[in-house]
Amino acid sequence: MPLSRTLWRLADVVEVVPETPRTKSLVLEVPGWEGHKAGQHVDVRLTAEDGYQAQRSYSIASAPEDERLVLTVDRLDDGEVSPYLTEVLMVGDKLECRGPIGGYFTWEARAGGPLLLIGGGSGVVPLMAMLRHRAAVGSDVPTRLLSSSRSYEEIIYRRELEHLAARDGALEVIHTLTRSQPASWSGYHRRIDAEMLAEVAWSPEERPLAFVCGPTPLVEAVGAALVGLGHAAARVKTERFGATGG
Amino acid sequence: MDERRLDGNAAAGPLREVFSFEVTTAEYTCEGCGKTDRLGTAMVYEVRGLGTIVRCPHCDHALIRLAHSRGRYRLDLRGIRCLQVEDVAG
Amino acid sequence: MREGFISRGFGGRRRRPDTQLPPGQYLEDGFPVLSAGPTPRTPLEAWDFSVVGEVDEPKRWTWEEFKRLPSEEITRDIHCVTKWSKLGTRWEGVSVDTLLEGVETAAEYVTAFCDGDYTTNLPLEDVTGGKAWVVYAYEGEPLEPIHGGPARLLVPHLYFWKSAKWVRGLRLIADDIPGFWESLGYHNYGDPWREQRYWGD
Repeated sequence: MPLSRTLWRLADVVEVVPETPRTKSLVLEVPGWEGHKAGQHVDVRLTAEDGYQAQRSYSIASAPEDERLVLTVDRLDDGEVSPYLTEVLMVGDKLECRGPIGGYFTWEARAGGPLLLIGGGSGVVPLMAMLRHRAAVGSDVPTRLLSSSRSYEEIIYRRELEHLAARDGALEVIHTLTRSQPASWSGYHRRIDAEMLAEVAWSPEERPLAFVCGPTPLVEAVGAALVGLGHAAARVKTERFGATGG
Repeated sequence: MDERRLDGNAAAGPLREVFSFEVTTAEYTCEGCGKTDRLGTAMVYEVRGLGTIVRCPHCDHALIRLAHSRGRYRLDLRGIRCLQVEDVAG
Repeated sequence: MREGFISRGFGGRRRRPDTQLPPGQYLEDGFPVLSAGPTPRTPLEAWDFSVVGEVDEPKRWTWEEFKRLPSEEITRDIHCVTKWSKLGTRWEGVSVDTLLEGVETAAEYVTAFCDGDYTTNLPLEDVTGGKAWVVYAYEGEPLEPIHGGPARLLVPHLYFWKSAKWVRGLRLIADDIPGFWESLGYHNYGDPWREQRYWGD
């Protein structure tokens, strides 16, 4: 009897939400879905008429408390699956999904904090699931999100993050824009480095739980920097995107 | 644009396949503007691969709309209020 | 045949460069102009766009007002029933979702009506949910009249005759009414991936 999370399920695409010029959120209704933890992902499988298949993993953006499963997909120009998901797939279509997958890179409010979330580009997707879960259960765990994007227009979930931070004194959202910034920008405008982390992260004495997600070079650099600043390696969890490609 | 007129236009060909009378000399009364004229003066729009549209040169109303698919012609003649054709025998 | 639900419109990387072409289509470099009548030349001062029919309150925008609506850049493949396809065409315009925002209706169908006598019909759900736009620029330039300017409908998931040129409005209707080509034997829905060119396909 296969584990239910290894079963391919046929989800209905009920909504497609543009987030940024290159990113869309796919809202799915998955029959038989048994729930997930914030930070987990699903495998998505596409099959062409001649039987050719392509499979990729996408982090779940929705909170476990949400009724529908949401994936946020970044379109890679030379990708095989992401252009299909962001340009061809539409409401009314079906999508094969399997999961939830991943037990390591997960956070539940009862795990406590302080919570340090660091994401690059679409690396913020699983971190957003954590923030949405945190809001859904009314947690007051002190939390900081450091989000790295190429430009203001490419900040995923920008408005929702503003909203969440505005009404929650225990949540801070810090952005760094690495390629271009609006004229009025007074925030960080470089890649995340040790100096920025020293300013943004809690001190190691406060023992924050850190989740770092994004392109491999960013994750490795940030992970190393946090450990270099004195944070316990066991309290720094990482998820690298890019191993399986777009 | 005179190259659109049905007279002398190869587009009369598809119409000749459907009608047994000489199309260019038949007279139509336009449902759009009420004018009567020879069909030969009407303007033809050959929509490559889709169909043939014949329009009144006075008001652009579609007189004949013709498409061909799956071995059938489909004709819409609602733009012609009345069509007059010479009785060859009489 | 491997197990797995066939994903509509998925061709996979191996198929490039003829990537993701619907059945029976070929790749076209130019942009053919197919016209069933004289090219309308409505001056912008006279142009408007309306949402009418089975709605509690009709809506109307002048050109100035229309250009102030939130717009997006849309890049899509387009497929003509005459078998040519163009990949990655770039447009700019207003989502039909924006035009229908706040519209209360029980209608399930829509007729797009245009300058000239062209019409086309679609299910309302095929022009909502991010599937359709009214566009006024092509490849960064204002849309030329021969290609449907000042504005045309863009519904890339269906054969391109549904992307009505010179569009002037949408009429929401309870019962479907076949449009210009649909009433001449072309398929009422027109999905290129299921090769729905003619009635009965």
